[in-house]
Amino acid sequence: MNPADLSSQPSPWINQPGPDFEIVISSRVRLARNLEGYEFKPCLSAQRQNEILEILTPALLSLDQKLYYIDVDKIAAVERELLAERYLISPAHVRGKGPRGVAIAEEENFSAMINEEDHLRMQAYAPGLQLKACLDRVNQIDDQIEKKVRFAFHPRFGYLTACPTNLGTGIRVSVMLHLPGLKMTGQIDKFFAAARDCNLAVRGAFGEGSETVGDFYQLSNQVTLGVAEAEVVSNFTEKIVPKIVEYERAARQTLIEQSPYVVDDKIQRALGVLRNARLISSQEALVLLSQVRLGVHIGRIFEIQVSKINNLFFHLQPAHLQMRAGKSLDPDQRDSFRAQVIRKALSPN
Amino acid sequence: MQCQNCKNQTATIHLTEITNGNRTETHLCQTCAQKQGLAVQTQIPLNELLSTLLSAQPEATGEDSTPQEEKACPRCGMTLRRFSKETLLGCPQDYEVFEKNLLPLIQRTHNGNTEHCGKTPSSVGPEQDKQIQLAALRRQLDVALRNEQYETAARLRDQIRNLQ
Ligand SMILES: [Zn+2]
Ligand SMILES: [Zn+2]
Repeated sequence: MNPADLSSQPSPWINQPGPDFEIVISSRVRLARNLEGYEFKPCLSAQRQNEILEILTPALLSLDQKLYYIDVDKIAAVERELLAERYLISPAHVRGKGPRGVAIAEEENFSAMINEEDHLRMQAYAPGLQLKACLDRVNQIDDQIEKKVRFAFHPRFGYLTACPTNLGTGIRVSVMLHLPGLKMTGQIDKFFAAARDCNLAVRGAFGEGSETVGDFYQLSNQVTLGVAEAEVVSNFTEKIVPKIVEYERAARQTLIEQSPYVVDDKIQRALGVLRNARLISSQEALVLLSQVRLGVHIGRIFEIQVSKINNLFFHLQPAHLQMRAGKSLDPDQRDSFRAQVIRKALSPN
Repeated sequence: MQCQNCKNQTATIHLTEITNGNRTETHLCQTCAQKQGLAVQTQIPLNELLSTLLSAQPEATGEDSTPQEEKACPRCGMTLRRFSKETLLGCPQDYEVFEKNLLPLIQRTHNGNTEHCGKTPSSVGPEQDKQIQLAALRRQLDVALRNEQYETAARLRDQIRNLQ
């Protein structure tokens, strides 16, 4: 699999509709594992990193499903960025050093990073709220790999991880949420408070650090010890996420009923700018796309399919733009090319 | 730079927004940005927890006079001092070498839990697996009783009895 081939296509899985996908953009479940008898990342020599690759790569490539292997250490920097923009590897894996790799399913809804913070991190994705399906997939792959290797496991602490915050199940469950209604009605801090009460972490789905751009949030569990995998998932799918979806729907309804012209104006202006801008930063584009996405879901914009907007989340990012342009672009050239890509995607005819 | 909103804290969140063609720059502190939904609280502040890891240790006893923070894992050489800086351990054995020191940290990051519950590798023998599952069921039973879910509690008690 050549990373360059990916840049012009959307991630195949993001465009299938999933449950509640107007609010829950995607689901992800990740498991962290380490090999018994090997040091963790900070104390691992390049030689030992290679040994880990030699153990885990064949195990991943002989699964009952076909995976493609990419040597992350060898590919170009922009290709690493591209993989990260598609969620196939983490930013830490982009910045990492030494022998490391990733095995990817063709549909891009599963990837396994080798020599990231832990020796093996496997993650499955699905559109909408489908955490159970994600868990089943990684769990089943974990079972197959476990037949070939021994993972570091402790009777009291469970699966041992380099950082104690992932200890136990090594599971990280997360959903990407689009909450423009809560934001516009000034209720977003309630969502943050609820997340805190349930021991969940909220992050901006795009952008660096704690900054959020365009009402997209990522919600994930923090407790990995003492709670079984299925329990973490059912907490999300039966308790937490349905509540958030309910609040967001109610907020959208309030907006439509109480200030239809204001909302309409916001949405149509956003679409107008996206269709006409000649220079646009990724931050501005995400803010406007958030409003257009809301417009599509509350029946204010009819001619644009949500899939087009979801695709743009990938295609407006720096590495995707540069791979598509076939050359490196400085920030101004990027803003110009980004505007062109968006205009083409959202043009009325 | 000062936060525009409270004019008190240092601004750490810098946003550029374009509304109706006007470009506005906003500079806010973490707290104010969070209130407005422009920033989020990121995870448990692990670094804060770690900085207390070394300071709150009881005195080493007996002839072992090595300061806690210099104690090293015989296998990988990791020390608590290094761990508290890098937030990553050096090898699986560190969980035993530094167990006493790590336990409070583990407890705080995992909502008080200190026992694994959930999947076990197939290499774990049936007896050990049974103990792990029993611990998990007992914990669930505690929760059910606390929440007065008596039907669930009865079901869990049956499961525990069948396993024992
Ligand atoms: Zn402030
Ligand atoms: Zn060690």
